[in-house]
Amino acid sequence: MGLKRNVSLFTGLRYQGKGPMLTFVLHRIGGLGMAIFVAMHILASFLGGDVGKFLNAIYENWLFQIFIFFCVLFHAINGLRITIFDLWPKLIEYQREAIWVEWAVFLPIYGFAVLVIINTAMGG
Amino acid sequence: MAEKPRTLPIFKRGFNFEMLMWYFTRLSALAMYAIILFAIIGALVMGARTQMNFADIMRWGFMPNGTHVQNTNIPDLAPWVIPFWKVVASGLLLIATAHGVHGLVVIADDYIAHPRGRQFVRILSIVFMLSMIGIGLYIIWTS
Repeated sequence: MGLKRNVSLFTGLRYQGKGPMLTFVLHRIGGLGMAIFVAMHILASFLGGDVGKFLNAIYENWLFQIFIFFCVLFHAINGLRITIFDLWPKLIEYQREAIWVEWAVFLPIYGFAVLVIINTAMGG
Repeated sequence: MAEKPRTLPIFKRGFNFEMLMWYFTRLSALAMYAIILFAIIGALVMGARTQMNFADIMRWGFMPNGTHVQNTNIPDLAPWVIPFWKVVASGLLLIATAHGVHGLVVIADDYIAHPRGRQFVRILSIVFMLSMIGIGLYIIWTS
């Protein structure tokens, strides 16, 4: 039995879920980014040679590091929130507050790391 | 607040493969936190505090594999490449691959509604998962 959708893609894109929806989308992007990165990384160390060097050059690039660190850190922090709320469902009342806490934890760590990455990239 | 959240107690929610994977996703997330913390603590015990910078410790934490500390100032690689850390790395690889591939299946299911398409994605993901585990274990145990 195939699923039947009553919502078109355009309607879906107009859905305004605000904060929680944003974390859902970023969690998904982060997970995808990490899955692709880890697969490429494993393949690069397995193949070596020119392909390995090419893949290494991609993830040693500072722009890619800023992206992948966003994926890892956001997926980790948001995943911890999801885990806590799913294992203790009574806490769900406070999920909006939890998302604020999440950003309060995420932004300083990420901001500092981005500063360090850029500083290193510029030779500091 | 409006009405109380409608949630069933954790053991009254039915049980099938999807439910099992739902739990696995959450519990494996906690397990990965635990393993990464364990690897970081192990690195600090082995002397990383004065011989490695923070980025290298994190790199070791995310995959405790000898090649990840080769270019640091540690004087002797021997304690870092013992079978114990290879077992820890293998455990992390298995958990992370299963967690990640199941995540890919969940994402694909959101956009592929046809049963045959879903079955194709499942077969593809199992092949992908097994080959990633095979290659990963080969790298961990031969590097």
